[in-house]
Amino acid sequence: MIEQIDLTMVNWARATFALTAMYHWIFVPLTLGLSFICAFFESIYVKTGDEQWKKLTRFWMTLFGINFAIGVATGIILEFEFGTNWSNYSWMVGDIFGAPLAIEGLAAFFLEATFFAVMFFGWNRVSKKAHLFATWMVAVGSNLSAVWILIANGWMQNPVGMKFNPDLARFEMTDFGALVFSPVAISHFVHVTSSAFLYASLFVVAVSSWYLLKKRHIQFAKRSLTVACTFGLLASLFVAYTGDEHAYHAANVQPMKLAAMEGLYDGEAPAGLVAAGLLNFSKKPGDDEDPFIFKVKIPMVLSLLANRDINSFVPGINDLVYGNTAENIMGVEEKMVRGKLAVAGLGDYKAAQNVGDQLAASKALTLFEKNSDYLGYGYLDSAEQAVPYVPLIFYSFRVMVGLGTFFIFLFAAYLYLLYKDQLEKQPLLLKLGAFSFFLGLVAHEAGWIVTEVGRQPWAIQDLLPVTIARSNLDAGTVEVTFFMFLILFTALLIAELKIMTKQISIGPEGD
Amino acid sequence: MFKNAFYLYYDGFRSMVVGRTLWKIIFIKLFIMFAILKVFFFPDFLATNFATDAERADHVLNNLTRPSSGNH
Repeated sequence: MIEQIDLTMVNWARATFALTAMYHWIFVPLTLGLSFICAFFESIYVKTGDEQWKKLTRFWMTLFGINFAIGVATGIILEFEFGTNWSNYSWMVGDIFGAPLAIEGLAAFFLEATFFAVMFFGWNRVSKKAHLFATWMVAVGSNLSAVWILIANGWMQNPVGMKFNPDLARFEMTDFGALVFSPVAISHFVHVTSSAFLYASLFVVAVSSWYLLKKRHIQFAKRSLTVACTFGLLASLFVAYTGDEHAYHAANVQPMKLAAMEGLYDGEAPAGLVAAGLLNFSKKPGDDEDPFIFKVKIPMVLSLLANRDINSFVPGINDLVYGNTAENIMGVEEKMVRGKLAVAGLGDYKAAQNVGDQLAASKALTLFEKNSDYLGYGYLDSAEQAVPYVPLIFYSFRVMVGLGTFFIFLFAAYLYLLYKDQLEKQPLLLKLGAFSFFLGLVAHEAGWIVTEVGRQPWAIQDLLPVTIARSNLDAGTVEVTFFMFLILFTALLIAELKIMTKQISIGPEGD
Repeated sequence: MFKNAFYLYYDGFRSMVVGRTLWKIIFIKLFIMFAILKVFFFPDFLATNFATDAERADHVLNNLTRPSSGNH
């Protein structure tokens, strides 16, 4: 089936979505994190009454406003794409995503829009405490918006609390609580938001380091750094903890993703974690080649990470594709047989309904429901199609983890040198700090690549491959919109960089 | 209270400096998104091509049960 489908369109649609999401994600984490950092600064101002903290708060609030204004509504394009390029998917998940996205819209509108005006226009018009409350509400509102989006994304990684309606071809919500409190969605949310806090802290570090290098606004920069590095250090430690939780859930519900992250082809007990390695690009599932040209492995750690048991078995790509009876793992080939029964059952049900044959419809529905957990596998032509592109996931994961670890040391070094009042004498570290904001962006995007490329070929894990989720469009249409977005988002990014750098070069006095 | 709220916005918008540029960018962006991209390049595929929800459901079911047909 998949060979007969125009894969070019699917790939352009995926590329367009990836491009849009990655651009969108340049702005969003800065909004999420900087809103809290502004709230911290203002809380210190209200507590101490020191006007310098007010000036500092207003400066960072202006940068927050610039980022918010440039980034606002860039996510709407993702929704356009759902309706145009991914119409089958949109139709099927409309009932599931309707509630979270409606709540997101209302929360964003009422909390952000109401308190935004007070935050920016309310200085000297409302009391200090009322203004501080508004700032905190903007921070909470921004992050609440993210909750619902990430719950929706978590559902795609681990679809729970729903039932497929074969008459309407829709997944219908049966348990809102299961959707909202899905451990995958929760771990996804806390990992993503805490990494946004880290990213925003790096932004403050970058700007403040630049001031220190230029020997401008020194006291201002040191105060900003003290708060941002404390927040950043706590956030980066929490990111490491939540990342571990995230990987643990992936091991349970998306074992193929974990195997790809580790380049693990043959399961092991106990399994070691590859700390660093060079992949053999010619390695394919089922062949005898060594997956690595070179690797450094830490024994037992992968077993601990995946199952919380240092001696446990962690399945590899070959176990998941071809099955492993000793470990009671059903292979993709068997899942494909069941998936094709589900597809056939659905087709027979529809045909029987059309001619009014209720007995045949009932039998077909039973066949479908018995195999519906494997529906997506029914659209695969070979078991190997269930394997995502390993090198991209393997290296992205190491980039994310490596940079995340580096940030912990960076924040700790900054705090130590601030405490010793030696930071200004470390120009190399300051240059590294200024550059680290861009490393933060790389780490963020790498994390999303692991999450989203790691679940390929699925739009909805195990239930709907991207090749079926798409619309019946030709590739040319999607190709045109890809380049239009590339131009639009690049223009927005240039505008943001221009306005932001101008405001940074003016400094806090320009407020 | 309403008067105070009105003047909060009124004075706030009047005294904007960077905000003026940002609002221009926001309006241009929204115009491009909704008046150009959405209208000419991003029609809702199912809403445009099918009149009723029953037809839309039937189309998606066709894709789910006979994925090799109608996908080009």
